[in-house]
Amino acid sequence: MPILELKNVSKIYGSLRALSDINLSVNAGDWLSIMGPSGSGKTTMINIIGCMDTPSTGSVILDGVDISKENAANLTRIRRDKIGLIFQQFHLISYLTAVENVMIAQYYHSMPDEAEAMEALEKVGLRERAHHLPAQLSGGEQQRVCIARALINSPQILLGDEPTGNLDEENEGIVVDIFRRLHDEGVTIIIVTHDPEVGDVAQRKIILEHGKVIQDIDQSATFGEALKLKSKG
Amino acid sequence: MFLRMILKTLARQKSKMLMIAFTVVLGVSLSTAMINVMLGVGDKVNRELKVYGANINVKHKDAAIMGELYGLGVNDKFLYEEDALKLKTIFWGFNIIDFAPILESKIILTAPGKNLRAEVPINGTWIEKHAILQTGEELNTGLRALRTWWDVKGEWISENEADLNSVMIGNSLASKYNINVGDALRLSSNNGVVKNVIVKGIYNDGGNADEAVLTNLTTAQELLNLSGKISSIEVSALTTPDNDLARKAAQNPSSLSAEEYETWYCTAYVSAICHQIQEVVRDGVARAVRQVAESEGTILNKTTLLMILITILSSIGSALAISNLITASVIERSQELGLLKALGAYNYQIILLVLAEVMLTGLAGGIVGYFLGIAFAQIIGQTVFGSYIEIAQVVILIVGIILFLVTIAGSIPAIRYLMALKPTEVLHGK
Repeated sequence: MPILELKNVSKIYGSLRALSDINLSVNAGDWLSIMGPSGSGKTTMINIIGCMDTPSTGSVILDGVDISKENAANLTRIRRDKIGLIFQQFHLISYLTAVENVMIAQYYHSMPDEAEAMEALEKVGLRERAHHLPAQLSGGEQQRVCIARALINSPQILLGDEPTGNLDEENEGIVVDIFRRLHDEGVTIIIVTHDPEVGDVAQRKIILEHGKVIQDIDQSATFGEALKLKSKG
Repeated sequence: MFLRMILKTLARQKSKMLMIAFTVVLGVSLSTAMINVMLGVGDKVNRELKVYGANINVKHKDAAIMGELYGLGVNDKFLYEEDALKLKTIFWGFNIIDFAPILESKIILTAPGKNLRAEVPINGTWIEKHAILQTGEELNTGLRALRTWWDVKGEWISENEADLNSVMIGNSLASKYNINVGDALRLSSNNGVVKNVIVKGIYNDGGNADEAVLTNLTTAQELLNLSGKISSIEVSALTTPDNDLARKAAQNPSSLSAEEYETWYCTAYVSAICHQIQEVVRDGVARAVRQVAESEGTILNKTTLLMILITILSSIGSALAISNLITASVIERSQELGLLKALGAYNYQIILLVLAEVMLTGLAGGIVGYFLGIAFAQIIGQTVFGSYIEIAQVVILIVGIILFLVTIAGSIPAIRYLMALKPTEVLHGK
């Protein structure tokens, strides 16, 4: 059953069509990669899926609800409840420790719970580093804190914008391994990436160009093997 | 979590927050000083203006009517000297700074050994009267305190028995008849009483009084055979500037409603004080000396207006400075604040976070500024009025409200920026 459907979605900025008549359906528990060159509309698409922007035309059905016409406050609520965001630049708050950065997401969702935040950090292998500031963590560790923060409110979709873009190969492997475990747990993962190796480990890959889906590739057959190779780093 | 974020932000943005606090300190200290001075300045300005003499004149009602209607002087209607002390018993008695009963008439002035015979005005008055009221309160009052601008050659006469045969004369009279300090004069009244007196001082008033002879009240009463009688009372009182209510009451107090009457009666308007004086001085009519009273009101109003303007301008200045600092801080933190939005924070939650930071900083600056302002007020009080300014507790409330409004007003541009901030614009590094 689709957890996300994009129906004839276009996004137009003046004379620029960032997205043009996109149709896409993602089932619950899927792992989807979105690839394409710069300016192909990847970020625009992830902004719309992540409830941070709305389409100019078309509809976006998230968990059975059309979010394309929702106002900013409702989009905030939906994003808070259903989406976990991971960013290329990590975007951790510099003056808060790792565990506090995770608790921030809890605070704006419901109520901060340090024990639960510590569990989330344990899942990404950072329990020992919980009380370190971002500046005291490596890039890979920062991204793992970012993943823990994205997961803390049990979102229906984990949305990553170039989540391995700033990582070395070893840390890239660690992050992909975390995605694999989350996928095994049934989390829906949508990742925008430039990296073909990261794109190849997903069950399904779509390729955007000039705001259009030019390829929709089912990678189920090679999914397990590619993932195994990548996870090893 | 909220508090933790605020405290950590404050610690991290120390220099910016110190700048905001410093701006608040300046604004609040100026406002505190100005408002305290404004509230305490009324009496002080009034006291300063008392050097210009009495602002209320009490006469016999018949003399007052004849004077007002026909410009005639009436010499045979008198008030009672004993009523003068009752002035201190009225509701606003504490506001009556000085008063002097005066007996006016004319006498024949001659001088032994000089070819001098002239009918001249005589004013008998309390010079420096020491009295004990029925309440036991001791009192010093008299003309000397009401004529601080007099330039006296020789000495003032006093209330001592020895000075019952001493007089002062105006310098015009002295020049006209070549009278000097120490000269002997003879004063004769129409009823045949004659007194030999010595000139103890020659005063320069600058007005009609320079043509007159000034004696103790007792001397004048004996000479004129008017024991216990006076023509008028000059009163110097601390008053509140007139407003519409005071003007309405001055025309006709009975036109006021009960509530208006109570307000008017219990406020130190010159008309209210006149009304109360008339209640205790038999046959007396008290009139404000309009020029003095109005000048006092005008100066007081202008001084107050100046203080209010300084307070408003300093508040606007603070708001602008705070606005720049907060906006700069918010722009610098836009990625962090955009992230909070992306994580699910509503606009109001982020605005609350920023306002709480600014309010806490402002509060700290406000407390320091308040105490600094009190010190400023005392410096102003000492420098300008030579006395301390009384600290009004209501200033804390007023300054608190000003601080709140200034901080909110200063935060408006930052709030607008935050409302318009889109996470997508700050989180993708674009």
